[in-house]
Amino acid sequence: MSTHAIDIHRVATLARLELTEDEATRYQQQLDRVLDYMDTLRSLDLEGVEPTSHALPVCDVVRADGDRPSFTQDEALANAPRRVMDQFQIPKVIE
Amino acid sequence: MSLLQSSLSSLRRQLVAREISPADLVRATATAIEARNGDLGAYLSWDTDAALKEAEKADVSLPLGGIPLGIKDNINVTGQPCTCGSRMLAGSYTAPYDATVIQRLRAAGAIPFGRLNMDEFAMGSSTENSALGVTQNPAAPGHIPGGSSGGSACAVAGGLAVAALGSDTGGSIRQPAALCGCVGLKPTYGRVSRFGLVAFASSLDQIGPLTQSVEDSALLLNHLCGFDPRDSTSLQESVPDFTAAIGRDIRGLRIGLPKEYFISGIDPDVEAVIRRGIATLESLGADLREISLPHTEAGVATYYVLAPAEASANLARFDGVRYGHRAADASDLMQHYLRSRAEGFGPEVKRRILLGTYVLSSGYYDAYYLTAQKARTLIRQDFTRAFEDVDCIVCPTSPTPAHRLGALKDDPLQAYLEDVFTIPANLAGLPAISVPAGTVHQNDADLPVGIQFISRPLDEATLLQVAHAFETAR
Repeated sequence: MSTHAIDIHRVATLARLELTEDEATRYQQQLDRVLDYMDTLRSLDLEGVEPTSHALPVCDVVRADGDRPSFTQDEALANAPRRVMDQFQIPKVIE
Repeated sequence: MSLLQSSLSSLRRQLVAREISPADLVRATATAIEARNGDLGAYLSWDTDAALKEAEKADVSLPLGGIPLGIKDNINVTGQPCTCGSRMLAGSYTAPYDATVIQRLRAAGAIPFGRLNMDEFAMGSSTENSALGVTQNPAAPGHIPGGSSGGSACAVAGGLAVAALGSDTGGSIRQPAALCGCVGLKPTYGRVSRFGLVAFASSLDQIGPLTQSVEDSALLLNHLCGFDPRDSTSLQESVPDFTAAIGRDIRGLRIGLPKEYFISGIDPDVEAVIRRGIATLESLGADLREISLPHTEAGVATYYVLAPAEASANLARFDGVRYGHRAADASDLMQHYLRSRAEGFGPEVKRRILLGTYVLSSGYYDAYYLTAQKARTLIRQDFTRAFEDVDCIVCPTSPTPAHRLGALKDDPLQAYLEDVFTIPANLAGLPAISVPAGTVHQNDADLPVGIQFISRPLDEATLLQVAHAFETAR
């Protein structure tokens, strides 16, 4: 039995995904089933176990703060769906 | 035998002797694609004229001089599309730079030629999640090629590419190689730069070769590995000549047989092929030992928490502003994001973004994400302990042979469970290879089966040694 009731609309808003009602119903059912399966992890004894974020040791990497070759403005804007006055265009955000 | 089914070393000899030219190889590839890609669907696009121009300038004295290689459509090559099998990028994105692996291959003389189909953003194990077309299994039309590097495996096994690049986050090189009948290698995490690979799950992703033979795999690997300051997880390790491992015998080599990999869920015909493979290793003098990887079963649940979590963060970059699909006529910025992403992403990608967002969201982070990170530690420790007693591990690559197309379409959980044997190497960052081990006769077809070897971090040499010995003896 599912102990989850994933609030699919809230999660979809967090993820910035518009869902149709059909999609919401389908994903809700599928993800509830997947999350039930994830609960198998709770049977593990994880007391005192450190979390792993990377399989091999990684450390912070810094580089010299200097000039490097980079895209020209044209190159950076080349794939923009909309471009206005050499800038990315977005819908109006300030009234 | 067609030119494209020759080994890299044989092509090298013919190129150096001027018996063939780089342009001949490009033309042979283009001819094969034009003749058979309509049926197989391995490639999404290819630019013969551009490749022929590169062939004219190719320096055949270089180690891969004049060799065309197929590229999975999530690796950036300047001036070429990079769709990731998604409507989000199809028709709207042209790569403005070369991935580091492409720079390295070019420095070795290779010619990146053709873009190979894949599950959308590498999410899937069948290539059926591509929004841009169906890829068939060349050994058994009507069956999946595996995935997510299904186009790469199909092209190599089907004679449409000499060799190809793929990427492997939970088995996406090894599993399609197994299902199509070619060799697929996932290097140690950090061996190969991820710069220019469109990120799916950054702590798991790794680029690697799909080839017709183990020797070809070693040769290509030589020109993929190496430190890259542009990838903060790149390892500062020297790169040996991996071809030196080819031809060394495996007498006395300790090979572990994880008992947890031979329990429930494995297709009996597949298991029989793997058992025969193990007998072959014994006949070569290897020292086979049963080992235990007690947390194997937790791998799938762990992976399907961590990978979607990382994916939900990585795919936030698709905002319809800088590149990719943009919804028309959104009234405000929120609607612009919601619709651009809803229209651009396909169902499996949406499912995983939702899952990843959920497990990272306030109130659920500890229960899922942190728990999975701890489970990952246990899985990693299983391998560390196992490698105290053995030099290498052998197991199936996939519990089943290729399904018919569409068989698991509405059952995402069942599809996830099929990744059980490939996921652990990603979670532990280990190198692993899949090598053809035989076929099983099912659904009126002879379906390829792959055997998998896993070794210690940075010990690709042992993998290649064992894989080559097996390939030669089989």
